Amino acid sequence: MPDSAPRSARRRGPALVVWLIAGVALALLVLPLLAILLAAPWPRIPALLVAPETLQALGLSVFTALISTALCLLLGIPLAVVLARSVVWHVAPRRLLRAAVTVPLVLPPVVGGLALLLLLGRNGVLGRFLAAAGITIPFTTGAVVIAQTFVAMPFLVFAVEGALRGADRRVELAAASLGASPLQVFRTVTIPLIAPGVAAGAVLCFARALGEFGATITFAGSYPGVTRTLPIASYLASQTDLNQSIALALVLLVVSVAVLLGLRDRWLPGVRG
Amino acid sequence: MSAVAAAPAALVVDVTARRGAFEVTAAFHVVAGRPLALVGPNGAGKTTVLNALAGHLAVERGSILLDGRDIVGLPPEARRIGVVFQDFLLFPHLTVADNVAYGIRMRGSRRAAARVAALPWLERFDLAALAERYPHELSGGQAQRVALARALAAEPEALLLDEPMASLDVEVRDEVRADLARHLRDFSGPTVLVTHSAADVEALASDVVVLERGAVTQRGTWTQVRKAPATPYVTRLAQSREQ
Repeated sequence: MPDSAPRSARRRGPALVVWLIAGVALALLVLPLLAILLAAPWPRIPALLVAPETLQALGLSVFTALISTALCLLLGIPLAVVLARSVVWHVAPRRLLRAAVTVPLVLPPVVGGLALLLLLGRNGVLGRFLAAAGITIPFTTGAVVIAQTFVAMPFLVFAVEGALRGADRRVELAAASLGASPLQVFRTVTIPLIAPGVAAGAVLCFARALGEFGATITFAGSYPGVTRTLPIASYLASQTDLNQSIALALVLLVVSVAVLLGLRDRWLPGVRG
Repeated sequence: MSAVAAAPAALVVDVTARRGAFEVTAAFHVVAGRPLALVGPNGAGKTTVLNALAGHLAVERGSILLDGRDIVGLPPEARRIGVVFQDFLLFPHLTVADNVAYGIRMRGSRRAAARVAALPWLERFDLAALAERYPHELSGGQAQRVALARALAAEPEALLLDEPMASLDVEVRDEVRADLARHLRDFSGPTVLVTHSAADVEALASDVVVLERGAVTQRGTWTQVRKAPATPYVTRLAQSREQ
């Protein structure tokens, strides 16, 4: 709407056609999830949920997604700081760097998994040296974590970079004037200021890691208890027992929604009201 | 500047600083107990000079002598210069008490000990009742008191104030200004305040340095400067009563 639009028109809100299209968009997002709930074999669900394969896949998924999120935080925050704050590098290299971080977002996960395999596989570019040293990565739980970290990292980096750009740097100058060393400033001012952004990034990161399928199955395979995460178990079950598949999908759905809701209220509204 | 020359200068400034293509050169000295107002039109370079003094901006050349030692090469955290920023820049994630205790904590005190050490400052600035509030719950005048208490609790050797009245509502300015003047009189070190308001100079400062387009155009006591304005800007400033 141009600025010249009369005030009354603005107060009336979006036009009917916009409402209709928004309704279609919402239906597209929500109806498939409703379909799962409607199709679920509810009488059999309790038994399916406590089945050993389900619990095993759930445990592995939550475990690996937590470790991947921790890795993303550990590696991603410094990368975000470099992206947002580097004064050494000129604009062009920084754009390249940002493009490199974006790659896993736009890359089909299967391609990412293949790329990881070609790098870290037994005959891979780096993998052959690791193999010579007795270290095998593909088709291990470690491979699951690497695949998840690969696809989830951009979510964290961009969330933290945005928070760093949004934070008022002059508050950091105020801290320095009060005698805080650069490290103290980072710990006592910068980190608390960007905490909501870090938390939001970590939640997205965890959700993405939890749902990871393509890169994981390509790079880590599907060994029960080792690399068979919930999404993979759900997909495999859909080939044989659709009810089992639905039950696993329900678990994934519940865990994802619980994580988003639980962390949103505590962390996302910002600093103390 | 005969009145000024009698007391030893605690802060002797002779710097050239650059902000983009704009270069500012300023030389002046500040006597403890005689707050100096750095006045000038917008864009004259007042804040640039202040940032150079605080160490937030590297100087091109020159020296800043604080009690005889040159601090020009020191990072901000080593300068022991307190700063009250125009919009106060309180830490939004800390309570009033923790804001005031921050400088004490950074010098190695534990958080609890720092809070105890900050108590007298809270009392002195009439902030005890607000100790557990967060900055977004404060009025402009209260936020200014917190900013000043926070700067002084770190026991700085000099104090800088950047447009301390600018972000306050006009209705409360007179009262807050009188309050600020009282607190500035209690501070024993050299004080520099940036302003473009004659009312601020009148109430808060003893000496004046006029900065225009990156250069000093006049200096002296406020009485001297007001009586004999050297430029059209100073004439207008001397004639303006309220702002």
